[in-house]
Amino acid sequence: MDSIPILKIGSALLVTIQVDMHDQLATRLQDDLTEKIVQHRARGVLIDISALEIVDSFIGRMLANIANVSRLLDADTVVVGMRPEVAITLVELGLGLPGVKTALNAERGLALIGGVSAAGEAADDADDD
Amino acid sequence: MPTTTDTLPITSGDDVVRVRQKVRVRATEIGLSLVDQTKLITAASELARNTLDYGKGGHADIETVLGDRRGVRVIFRDRGPGIPDIPQALTDGFTSGNGLGHGLGGARRLVDDFDIQSIVGAGTTVTIARWKR
Ligand SMILES: Nc1ncnc2c1ncn2[C@@H]1O[C@H](COP(=O)(O)OP(=O)(O)O)[C@@H](O)[C@H]1O
Ligand SMILES: [Mg+2]
Repeated sequence: MDSIPILKIGSALLVTIQVDMHDQLATRLQDDLTEKIVQHRARGVLIDISALEIVDSFIGRMLANIANVSRLLDADTVVVGMRPEVAITLVELGLGLPGVKTALNAERGLALIGGVSAAGEAADDADDD
Repeated sequence: MPTTTDTLPITSGDDVVRVRQKVRVRATEIGLSLVDQTKLITAASELARNTLDYGKGGHADIETVLGDRRGVRVIFRDRGPGIPDIPQALTDGFTSGNGLGHGLGGARRLVDDFDIQSIVGAGTTVTIARWKR
């Protein structure tokens, strides 16, 4: 089964969602992220959704779940790169994504995550399984 | 004046993805704006998932409407348990499963036309349309 790569940047994890998420992939991502937050003592999780053409409540719930679990593990979650038309639609859908911070791009997202000073550090691929 | 209809089954998560893709093709062809396309596809995604999760599967009819009004119409049909209380189901936050409860009400807000017919024990049909402006 395929999975979504998780990169480590300083004390943050970066996930770029590129595909039309299906159920198993969403569940797998939540599990993998939880594991890696603990493994790397990550302080933040950046989720890049700039490739997503829509965010429905299925994806919305996944993002909220990730944010909830991250918070319990003492990591912040920042969703980056949401397209304007997606933002407009989410508002009308009535999903405010509580607990999820947003940023325009990964750089700003990293700045939002407290204690991340190594944003310029080379990203090393933490997904080597 | 509806043109050819695409009928797609909804029996898996992958089918939900296919419905979204087909709706996007139709919406792009007819020239809906990017925001309108996104709203329609998001509504379709919510309804397709309801068909799968609550309606025990069903299908979607996707059609382009030409004429005075041009747009895309999608009809979701299932022969599931039906919805006993439609106003309650449309209320934001109501879910009988473990969803967020924004799918039905949200879909209604995202489209121009919204119609829901449901008979307990017989099934549910939801029709949505978004028109080019
Ligand atoms: N096709 C359907 N068949 C039966 N019940 C449905 C159907 N669609 C929606 N419902 C009912 O309406 C409720 C609200 O739907 P929705 O707003 O999409 O929220 P959610 O999917 O998060 O539960 C569902 O929990 C379910 O009880
Ligand atoms: Mg729903």
